[in-house]
Amino acid sequence: MSGPSDYQPSHPALKWFEQRLPIIGLVHSSFIAYPTPRNLNYWWTFGAILSIMLGVQIVTGVILAMHYTPHADLAFKSVELIVRDVNYGWLLRNMHACGASMFFLAVYIHMFRGLYYGSYKAPREVLWILGVIIYLLMMATGFMGYVLPWGQMSFWGATVITNLFSAVPYFGESIVTLLWGGYSVGNPTLNRFFSLHYLLPFLIAGVVVLHVWALHVVGQNNPAGVEPKTEKDMVPFTPYATIKDFFGVTCFLIFYSWFIFYMPNYLGDADNYIPANPAVTPAHIVPEWYYLPFYAILRSVPNKLAGVIAMFSAIIVLVFLPWLDAAKTRSNKYRPLGKQFFWIFVVVCVLLGYLGAQPPEGIYVIAGRILTVLYFAYFLIVLPLLARIETPRPLPNSIADDVLAKSGRAPMVSTVIALVAAVSLLAGSMGDARASEGQENPPSASWSFAGPFGKFDRGAVQRGLKVYKEVCSNCHSLQYVAFRNLAEPGGPGYSTAQAASFAAEYKIKDGPNDAGEMFERPGRPADYFPSPFPNEQAARASNGGAAPPDLSLIAKARSYKRGFPWFLVDFFTQFQEQGPNYVNALLQGYEETPPHGVTIPDGSYYNKYFPGHAIKMPSPLSDGQVTFDDGSPATVKQYAHDVATFLMWTAEPHMEARKRLGYQVFIFLIIFAGLMYFTKKRVWAAAH
Amino acid sequence: MVTASTADHPTRRDFLFVATGATAAVGGVVALWPFISQMNPDASTIAAGAPIEVDLAPVAEGQDIKVFWRGKPIYISHRTKKQVDEVRAVPVSSLPDPASDQSRTKDGHEQWLVVIGICTHLGCIPIAHEGNYDGFFCPCHGSQYDASGRVRQGPAPLNLPVPPYQFVSDTKIQIG
Repeated sequence: MSGPSDYQPSHPALKWFEQRLPIIGLVHSSFIAYPTPRNLNYWWTFGAILSIMLGVQIVTGVILAMHYTPHADLAFKSVELIVRDVNYGWLLRNMHACGASMFFLAVYIHMFRGLYYGSYKAPREVLWILGVIIYLLMMATGFMGYVLPWGQMSFWGATVITNLFSAVPYFGESIVTLLWGGYSVGNPTLNRFFSLHYLLPFLIAGVVVLHVWALHVVGQNNPAGVEPKTEKDMVPFTPYATIKDFFGVTCFLIFYSWFIFYMPNYLGDADNYIPANPAVTPAHIVPEWYYLPFYAILRSVPNKLAGVIAMFSAIIVLVFLPWLDAAKTRSNKYRPLGKQFFWIFVVVCVLLGYLGAQPPEGIYVIAGRILTVLYFAYFLIVLPLLARIETPRPLPNSIADDVLAKSGRAPMVSTVIALVAAVSLLAGSMGDARASEGQENPPSASWSFAGPFGKFDRGAVQRGLKVYKEVCSNCHSLQYVAFRNLAEPGGPGYSTAQAASFAAEYKIKDGPNDAGEMFERPGRPADYFPSPFPNEQAARASNGGAAPPDLSLIAKARSYKRGFPWFLVDFFTQFQEQGPNYVNALLQGYEETPPHGVTIPDGSYYNKYFPGHAIKMPSPLSDGQVTFDDGSPATVKQYAHDVATFLMWTAEPHMEARKRLGYQVFIFLIIFAGLMYFTKKRVWAAAH
Repeated sequence: MVTASTADHPTRRDFLFVATGATAAVGGVVALWPFISQMNPDASTIAAGAPIEVDLAPVAEGQDIKVFWRGKPIYISHRTKKQVDEVRAVPVSSLPDPASDQSRTKDGHEQWLVVIGICTHLGCIPIAHEGNYDGFFCPCHGSQYDASGRVRQGPAPLNLPVPPYQFVSDTKIQIG
């Protein structure tokens, strides 16, 4: 995009077109002939990875919008039905939800790369500022997207974030009402968030074009931080950068697929599988991991307005970075002090992220304040000061010299290690949000469906269905499970006829008929498991004021603290079984009398695995209550295990399909990455 | 993939490039599948397309009712003796889309006509008991159908289609 194109079309038709709209020449000069520094390392492929992720998010988002209903009463259900009923809906939804995390992960690496190598310095200030604008737009988009499923975290996240604006003096309340379009977060809020969530990515794409345009005017920075001097310093974008980027993207896709296929809920909050409830706030409201450092800064300041200002300033300060850092040397590779402070800053950001997930009490508040000061000190004190006191190491004469010197291997390895640790710490700290509850963690049971090749134990699902029908269904519903699901692959393995006759045992309320009256009829395969109560009020009245939750998502909606180092181990073991562990433990965790010194309110029962220990539900199971045809023992232990397996299936009927497709995708990606690696080596052989 | 290789005979390098390109192409094409497949009817839509039962007892002679099955209007006409005799007297060969009334109704239930009420021209909904043939008239472009749902006049090329149905009892049919 810099200067007139040297593209010379040979075909007369192309020549005719090029004279009227020189777009092929533009593409040619931008992505084929465009000279790139020879010494770019893999941190530079994150630009390409980000382009791919933006594309993936837009494509999957457009598709999800085809199936999503932006209405406060229907949004949650429509998301569940996307996952359950739409062809490959689970895949598209996982791609989009995990994709948001991957997008932010990539943008953080991209930004830290810019920080380390001084990519914001002259002449790239505008390029950097456009990047900050993209980042702000991404944050807005990500936030509004998280609201759309209308779960508990969606709803309360929206409430908390919009309430930030109430800190504005005098106009605050009016601004918040304006944002909500009502007296509280509600349907108008959801509608406008949906509209804007659909719109903003296209604005991002627009600013990305400006970002790339600015990049092509000033040229890419590089690890040496010296400007190219001769032809020898550069290689054409295609095939050199193209093939390297493709290889980088493929490796990134392997990482991304790990989440899509094997741990889709690792980066999300279990509470968002509970439908939005304006009457109950989750114990801890935690944003997605990528906002945690800023959330920590917000909470570190004891004054409402000052906290909000601090949080926004933490991002806005990036805009002024090109002028705050006056050092003549661009790359931290040649700045002994700059390098150390950079890594301290990275650690500060990671720790802030960790604190953002902790309850705001005790030592966490003090640590948060210190780290907030350190965060701003890096930009406002360290960087301006370093420029005056630091003596940089000598720079290489040219990029070609840098390539020949082959230096910079060691820092890259340490960077990889540090970033992997940082990311997993950030990601894992999500699970720590319930740290102050002080409840006992459920023991991990062994589940046939755990791990990459896990499958549901058909017998256990069938027995669990029987326990559900004879015991649980007296109070609980399974709103998102249809009788037809019983005959679908990956489930209890019944035939269509068996599912139909199972359905026929239920009475379904239908109508109104021609006479305007409701009537009851036998269930059909297309019907959903009904609730034993006509509505929530009736359910509350029969259960001492506590509405029995719908069980179809319970295994995904319940979680507990895993803590360090388990969340790191969990990433590799693909541990996703908090929900079934919890259900299993809860059903067995009843004790006749509370332990000494514990009192529980009247009308509740002691259960050591229930948060707060006082549960309204009496122990639902006792030995010998349900008889199994297959000779399995009629014990509470067996019932609890089977019903937890069944509930895991109701929470994710396509789990087996997910794992099977994941296996195939992994084989493909690994083979492809290998081929790409050798192709890349071949292509670059001439350049090194 | 732009390469500098211009050797006359294939080399190992060419093989690597071709293999990589082919794998990328196969992966790209396969990856499109979920994005296209999601447009097909989802499981709940398919389940909702199950057969329906219709009670014919309240439908008097000369009356029509309209029911919906799979999002399509189905006309169920209780034809009069006169209508049946008229449509059976028409020489089949004179029709634009030749079909006998017998082939469009069930034996022993010739007073019942069950057709999908969607004009075969461009998908409008014809009005029952209108037009020159005591059948259906499509107001959009003037197609006329007789009391057997056969096209008699206008741009429609085909007769109104008969949905799959059967008599469960004398007064009850199952459509689908």
